[in-house]
Formats: sequence, structure tokens, C-alpha cells
Amino acid sequence: MYHHKLKKMTTVKEFIGDLTAKTGTDRSALMPILQAVKENYNYLPEEAMIEIARKLDLSPAQVFGTASFYSFLDTSKRGKYVIRVCKSIIAEMKGKKEIVKALEKHLKIKMGETTTDNMFTLLETNDLGWSDQEPSMLINDTPFTNLTAEKVIEIINNYKTK
Amino acid sequence: MKNIINLNIDGNNVSVESGQTILDAAKKLNIKIPTLCHHPDLCVAGNCRVCVVEQEGSRTLTAACATPATEGMIIRTNTQKVRTARKHIIELLLSEHNSECLKCYKNGNCELQSLAAEYKITQEVFIDLVPLHNYTIDHFSASIIKDDSKCIRCQRCVRTCEELQSVSALTMAYKGDNAKVSTFLEYSLADVICTNCGQCVNRCPTGALVEKNSIEAVWSAIYDKNKHVVVQTAPAIRIALGEEFDMAPGAIVTGKLTSALRKLGFDSVLDTDFTADLTIMEEGTELLTRLKSVLVDEKTDIALPMMTSCSPGWIKFLEHKFPQLLPNLSTCKSPQQMFGALAKTYYAQKRNINPADIVSVSIMPCTAKKFEADRPEMYSSGFKDVDYVLTTRELAVMLKQAGVDFNTLPEENFDSIMGDSTGAAVIFGATGGVMEAALRTAWEIITGKEVPFENLNIMPVRGMKGVKEASITITSTLPEWNFLEGVTVNVAIAHGLSNANKLMKKVASGDCSYHFIEIMACPGGCLGGGGQPIPTNADIRLKRNEAIYREDAGMEIRKSHENPEVIQLYKEYLEKPLGHKSHELLHTHYTERPLK
Amino acid sequence: MNSIKLKKTDVIFDPCTEDVFLPLLKKIFSKEKTEIIDEIIESGLKGRGGAGFPTGLKWKFAAAQSEQEKFVVCNADEGEPGTFKDREILLKVPEKVLAGMAICGYCIGAKKGYIYLRGEYAFMLPQLYKTIDAFKNHLKNLNVDFDIEIRNGSGAYVCGEETSLIESLEGKRGEPRNKPPFPVVEGFSNKPTVVNNVETFVNVVVIQKLGVSEFNKIGTQDSRGSKVFSVSGDTPKPGVFEIELGMKLSDFVEEFGDGDTKAVQVGGASGFCVPRKKFDDTIIGFEGIPTGGSMMLFNSSRSMYNVLHNYLDFFREESCGQCTPCRVGCQQLIEGIKAIKRGDKEESYLDTLKGLAESMKITAKCGLGQSVANSFITITSNFREEMIY
Repeated sequence: MYHHKLKKMTTVKEFIGDLTAKTGTDRSALMPILQAVKENYNYLPEEAMIEIARKLDLSPAQVFGTASFYSFLDTSKRGKYVIRVCKSIIAEMKGKKEIVKALEKHLKIKMGETTTDNMFTLLETNDLGWSDQEPSMLINDTPFTNLTAEKVIEIINNYKTK
Repeated sequence: MKNIINLNIDGNNVSVESGQTILDAAKKLNIKIPTLCHHPDLCVAGNCRVCVVEQEGSRTLTAACATPATEGMIIRTNTQKVRTARKHIIELLLSEHNSECLKCYKNGNCELQSLAAEYKITQEVFIDLVPLHNYTIDHFSASIIKDDSKCIRCQRCVRTCEELQSVSALTMAYKGDNAKVSTFLEYSLADVICTNCGQCVNRCPTGALVEKNSIEAVWSAIYDKNKHVVVQTAPAIRIALGEEFDMAPGAIVTGKLTSALRKLGFDSVLDTDFTADLTIMEEGTELLTRLKSVLVDEKTDIALPMMTSCSPGWIKFLEHKFPQLLPNLSTCKSPQQMFGALAKTYYAQKRNINPADIVSVSIMPCTAKKFEADRPEMYSSGFKDVDYVLTTRELAVMLKQAGVDFNTLPEENFDSIMGDSTGAAVIFGATGGVMEAALRTAWEIITGKEVPFENLNIMPVRGMKGVKEASITITSTLPEWNFLEGVTVNVAIAHGLSNANKLMKKVASGDCSYHFIEIMACPGGCLGGGGQPIPTNADIRLKRNEAIYREDAGMEIRKSHENPEVIQLYKEYLEKPLGHKSHELLHTHYTERPLK
Repeated sequence: MNSIKLKKTDVIFDPCTEDVFLPLLKKIFSKEKTEIIDEIIESGLKGRGGAGFPTGLKWKFAAAQSEQEKFVVCNADEGEPGTFKDREILLKVPEKVLAGMAICGYCIGAKKGYIYLRGEYAFMLPQLYKTIDAFKNHLKNLNVDFDIEIRNGSGAYVCGEETSLIESLEGKRGEPRNKPPFPVVEGFSNKPTVVNNVETFVNVVVIQKLGVSEFNKIGTQDSRGSKVFSVSGDTPKPGVFEIELGMKLSDFVEEFGDGDTKAVQVGGASGFCVPRKKFDDTIIGFEGIPTGGSMMLFNSSRSMYNVLHNYLDFFREESCGQCTPCRVGCQQLIEGIKAIKRGDKEESYLDTLKGLAESMKITAKCGLGQSVANSFITITSNFREEMIY
């Protein structure tokens, strides 16, 4: 992944220009490019997809078509922290419902929504690879496992104070 | 020398070339395997799974269209296993499909409908999934209607837009049960890079992509006693309309076309070919003017190569993708639009009809012409220059509705005063045709002699090669044109937007020395247009191409500048090419569009 | 039936310190390429991702291609529900994975390797980058020309299928390709490509370390070697365990069950559900039920309807959507069992769905669509009443 942090005052066009200077403009660079843009903007802005298309000699539809295939490459706006709660059968067996309830109550949003201050988006996701430690969730790239209702509230509060 | 592969299908031995598929082998044996996502113009997809057959030794069934034949392969196309599976596939497709066939534009012309009929699907075995999807209809484009409830995700449209046209306005988006054919961020086709070329419409097996039709509007105009309805027809109609009435591709039906239009009730049956000749006069002069500016006046800001501008799909393509090359376009309108502007001015005056009472209709092989007619620049007459555009397919529908027995119609001629045409005009329908027509006239203007090709047939610019190049050195010029003595003029011709794209990249990089370029958005030129009879394939387009040049060869007058009605038009009305009236009515400008 | 009692092994996770590892690498890269490939063939090693293709044969095909540019891809897209063993392998013994990739590159003539790491494991990246940098130094010292790059997935289970993975690497939607041609002939960028699972690459190193005859002492005739299992669900011992292949499922349940095991889902959502009455007759291995390692245990408090519903919902979402039988079939299966449960459809509709599942199994374009039938048929036939009442 290209850890290419946003410089202050960089426009979308400049960001992608710098990025493609590193990745090259072959289509095989599209995934790393999309991932880097998502990492910086929390989602894929329309303007960014158009600029990526221009740089890679693709159509914006092709960029969108590729991005929208992947669950983590959100093309709709997301909060700063995207929470993905595992919804595998094992997670369900181990109490995922309670975790979701606790999150919905604490963040005052429903599954699928974003908090009004744009800090948190709450989503469900398929097996995260922690079936031995369910319930589990990701917040952006960080996994949290063996969750309880109390634990998740503590985790969220830690993020709030970051 | 390719390897020969021997295989056995349904007990029959057959040999094919290495690389050919099981489907190819079955065709050789006249064994019909049904397909949906397969199309001869496009790369293999293998996603509908309708063509599955049994292959000895394989646990799974094999997709005939996607599997290369291998030596000793044993295939069975109609076992119980195959039939059961295939029936399931069809039933699955129907379950996610808007099955209101009786109210569908493609009723009677739908490949899914035909397959369901063949398999006698008379029961709804599975659950209707349509209510679970929020299918939408996009009807905002001037040319194309996209109805997602009828899409079978065969991706023919996506492949067409990407491979044939290099536009990629359509893509597959999302995945799973949400997978759908979409535009960028699900914007309407009207709001993205779609060029309206309609090649997707030509290849969609169902009613998911159809042309926006003007059938009822035109009927209303015809019935309206207070309206004088004029109709113009493009060159490519007369060599394709017969296919809608079971004639073989390549049948020339010009005479029947005119009598058919009269039967429908049009007040005046005129010819787009007339303004095609006119276009040559205007555009030829424009080219020579640009060349003079460069070679004599030594101007450095003259845009060369000059590029033709009669293909509205091509124009929109350039406006989106290469706006920096817009100055290179000829400022000439297309023949359709020149006709429309003249219909409500010159024609109206000559026939003493109030232009407000004229309805101007065109029959086009093209869906982009609908967009073109709606362009804001196309009101030069003071009214909308072309009111309605009907595709070849829509005309056939109207004829059938009117009970016209096309095959037994008598041969008739066009009306005047905008009905005369030449062989140079009719070849506009083929790729290379505009170029050839222009050369026939320009050469004579410059040298006073006929272009040095036998029977005026300029073979180097003809044919289906994607990008054609030719050079001609000008000799024995008339004194007025001696600045062109010894000059080698380089021309290029491309058809299909993928080829246009290749050529434009060269032009944009400055890596070429062309003076004049002809581009047609559709494979084969207008004869392969988005409004032409379906199905389309390379063989059909070739037959139409041959018909066009046969028609040209058989015409009395074969050079645009000899069209008597065109000569009359200049004498009485326009005065001269690029004159004041011409600029007002026959020339236009273009708009940069975003890359969306 | 031929089976062995549960035998834990430690060859995969054996730490293999540098004093052992580096000389081993040196020895391997001084062998002839054909010698190594023959050893892998002789070892009987089969892919550990779930598909089980003979690894040596795959490498042999790729090596035989005359094309100059070739690629090695490590499939670390571990997305099968209940599978988390590659997570542990990558966290604990990543050098062995890298070594396996480099050996593959050496054997087939590839100079570039990609690790396709699922997006959900992005947290591993900082550590993995460090490991790769260190490993690259080892390769440099050994004069081995092989570059390794990590590419990330972004949440698409189907990208675990090798051609879907390759499409993703190429910057496209993960829509599986038609096979033939197979990746060893036309893979990444249409060049010969070997795609192997994380655990498979580790096994290559294990075989080289132990030697073929020692390796063949582990497991059974048809299922050589050990397997890393990820155990979860109603078990007092959730986690990752390395066990010899060829065990009886009843022995497994005895070790890992909570005393009330009603069913075991072997191989994840795309695997088979084995009911209690069949535990004794079921072998875990290529001669019985092969698996990528996922073992989910369900006790009698669990509703098998909920289990099936969860799996079908998963497939409905994760299907690439390209082919008719999978895209629509998955929807029909889940809507079907819901309708039966609600009473909107008769019990006999279950048989209609079974027929559909069987058609999906033989018409779907890739392994995902072909495998949906596995859990559908085993759960509905063994727990029919739970589907209806």
C-alpha cells in the first residue's frame, strides 16, 4: 500500500499526480492507487476517480466499475473511522448482535449510517479472519477481537479522544 | 499453417483450426447451440452459461463459446443433463427479468424471449426477484433508453463500448446480487461520455438498451392536416432497410424506399444525399481554403489535419476526449442538419410554405442523429432544423403498422427540389465514402480533370480496414491552384471509435502529417450505424458496403459538384460555398465536454 | 476405512531460526530446478488453499512454458468463512512463505512474486514489509534474482479464486476468467503464473528441510503431509492447529467438540456439513472431504437454518455477479429457504432448490458458484426438518 499522506493544501489533482508518479500509470497500478486515495480521503471522491481515469487512460466508468466491485473501496462518503463488524455465523453465535446494538446506541446511528460529526461510519462485513476470537470488528485497518459491549464503548471513546 | 483439431459432437466427427471453439465446430456441423452473451463482433465472455454442453471426462458442463476445441474431444449437446441445466439457466434469467413482454419495445425481437419460447417456459418455477431489485430506467438521453429491469448482464454492451468504441461509458458495477451494467457513478447516459453511437443498442439481446423512438410523434405530424411534413433519408437506409423485410443483406431498395415513404403520408420525399453533395461543396472549399492559408498566406495557426464532421457520435467523442482538437473539425454541419436548415428556409421559400408549418423528419441509420438534432446550435432556420429523427428500425415499424407490403412496392423517385443526388453522395454511407467524394470534387476543382482512378473508383480509401491511409500527389494544377503543384496530400480514414481513438492520439501528439481525415463513429461507417437493422456482424456490414458502391457505380452523375439541384441552390440562394448564407445556415461550432 | 488418530505436528510452525534457515536456503538454491520440482511431485503435495491441485505438477507446467517473463503469486486472500490459519502463518513464520515463493520463482524461471494479501489483514503490513526487506537481503547474498511485492485486496472473497485474483492484480474487477487457458500458461499479464496458497509455499520449504521420505511419513497415502486447521464455533479450543491429514472426523470432534456437537462444517461456507451420525464415516483429507482448513463446530443449540441462511447470504453478496447460475442461483436459494420457512412455499420446493443447486454445481463459471451446492445440499438433506419448521 502506498502510504502517501495528504500534504496540506494539496488538491485532488495534485495528490493523484504525485501518486501516479510513484505507482506508474499502468492499469495494474489501479488497485494501489484506489487504496491510497481511499486511505487519504476515507472514500473515493468523484473528482479523484475522474483524475485517476485521465492519468491511466481509462474512462471514469471503468475506474468506478472496478472500485465498486470491492467492498472496502467506498464510492460514497464515509466517516473518518469506518467500523466494520464481522457478520459471520461464528460471530453471530458469539454475540455480534449485542455488539451492534451497543455501537448503534453509543454512536446514536443505525447500521449503515455515519455520525453527524462525520467521525464514525458503522458497517457490517463478511468474515474478517478472527473466527477464533469473535465478536470482532475492524476500525479502518485495525482489528479488535473478543469484543463485549463494554469493550466496544471503551474502544470508541479512545478513538473519540484521538 | 494452423494445426487441425479433430473432435466429435453428437456422434459426428468434425475438424476445426486450432484456436476455434466448440461452438465454431458445432456451427460447421449445423448443430445449433443457443447463446446469449456471445457476439461475433466481440471478445468471448462465457458468462451467461446458456451454451453449456457435456464434455466427456469433465465433471462440470462446458461453455461451448468459451472453450477451445482439443484433439479427441467428445461433446454432447442435447443430453438430459444439458437440457435440465440449460432450462434452469433460462428460468433463472427470467426470474430476475421484467417479464412484461407484451409491453416491451423489443416484443418479438428479443433473444431471451426466443429462447424461452424454444424451451416452452410456461411456468414460473422460481421466485420472482424483480421486486427485490430497485431497477431503474434511464430515459434522459436523446438517443438511448436504458432499462435495467431487462438486463441479463451478458455484458455485450460493456464489451462493445470498450472494445469496439474505446468509449467505456458503460461498465459492470458492484458485485453479487447488486451487479449491474452502469455508467460512471450511475449518472444518466445523457450526463456522461456516451457518444450516442448506439452500437450497444445494436448488440443488446433484450430490451435493456433501445433507441429513443419518435414513432408516435411522426405519426401525429403526418396526420396533422396543417403540417407539411418533409422527410430526408440517409444513404445507408437504401442498402439496409430490406433486411427488416427478410431481404438478404446488400439488397438495394432505393426505389421501394421512396414509394414506402409516400405511402406513409409524407408530403415531400427528399434525399439526404442532396445535402451530402452540398457538404462536399462546402467542406471541399473549406479544406482548400485551409491549405491555401498554410501554403500561400503562410499562416501558422491553421488547424490541420482538417477532420470531417458529419458523424455526431464522433463529434461528441472528440468534444469529451480531445477537445484540444476541436479547431481541426470542419465547421460544416452534417448533411442531416444542412438539410434541416434549408428545409425551413430555401425549401419553404421556394414552395411558398410557412416554415412554422413545416415538420422536418429524417430517416437515419444512426441514433446519435437524435442527439444531433437536439443540439442548441441546430436552430439556424429560426426553428428546430430537424424535428424528428427516425432510425431505419423505426421506419420499418411504421411501415408494418401501416400495412405496407414492402417487397411488392413499385420503384419510385425522390421529389425535388432537394431530391437530386450523385454517386458521390451515396457512398457517404460507407467508411471512406466522404473522403472519396471529396477527392472526386477537389481534384477536379484543382486540376480541371477527373481524379486519376479508373471509373472514378478511388480504391485505396475503400474497405473495412480500421485505419486506412493514402497519399496523392497533385499535378497539372490550374493556374489558380498552382500553389498545390507537386504537393503530396496525406489522408487518413478511420471507422469505429476505437480506431478514431488510435488516430487521434497520433494527431494530438503531433506525430503525423495528414491533411484531411475522415472519421465515422460506427464500424463500417454509417452502414453499420446504431439505428440499422439488427443483427449486425462483419459479413452483413460487408454486404451493405458492396451494395453502396454498386449503387454509386450505377448512378448517372457521380460527382457532387455536378448535382444540378446543388448548382441551382448556389445560383439562386447560397451564392457560393462558405458565403454569408452558408455560414448562417450550413456551418456550426462545437463544445468542450468534461471527461466524465 | 484408513484413518489415523488425531496427530498434531509442528512442521509448519516450527520457528526455523536463521542458523538453520539460511544454510537450508543455500542448499536449496544450489540444487537443479528440475530436481526440486521432481521432489515436490514425489512428495504428493497438494494445494492447501482448498482446491488441492498437485503442486509439483503446477510448477512443472509453468516451468515448461517457453515464455520468458513469468510470475509467482502467493494467494493470501484467505476469505473462506472460518479460515484464519494463513493469518497465523503470516504472523508467525512469514519467512517460510517468502522462501517458498522464491524457490518457486527459481524453479519456473520467474523473477517477480506478488503476495495478494486480503485487505482485512492490512494491519500486518508494517511487520511484513520488514520481513520482506530482510529476506531480500538473504536472496541478494545467495545471488537469487527474485523481487517480492505485496498487493492488497479490498474486500472481495471471490478474489481468492486464482483467475479472479489475477484480474484484481491487473487492476480490474475480480471476475474469474474462462479456463482454459490456465494461469500456468496465461496468467498475470497473460504470462505463465503459479498461484499457490500461503500454506502450500510453507510446505515446499518443509519438504526441502525434511526430505521427501520424512515428509511422506506424515499423513496418509492420499493426503501427504500435515494441514493447518482453523477451529471455531462451539469448541473449548478455538484456534489454529497443525494436524496430520487423514484423520477421522469423529476423532477431531472428540478433541475439539464441546460434548454436544451436532454438526461440523468442513471447508467453510463452500464446504460440506457433516452431521453427527456421519462423523465416524468421514475422513478429513483428499480421500474424504478435502478442506482449506476451516472447521466450524455447531452444537445442538444451533439452528442449521440460520447457518445455511448465513452462508447463502454470504455467497449472494460475494458472488462476482458475472454468470447466471451463481448470480441468480444464490438469490433463488436464499429466497427459497426463506419462503419455505415462512410457509409461502411448500416443503417440496426444497427438492426444486436441490435440483437448482445441482445445476449450479455444473454450470457456474468458477469454483465459488460451483461450491454453493456443497453446503446447500449437505445442510438441507441432513437437517431437513430445521429448514421447514
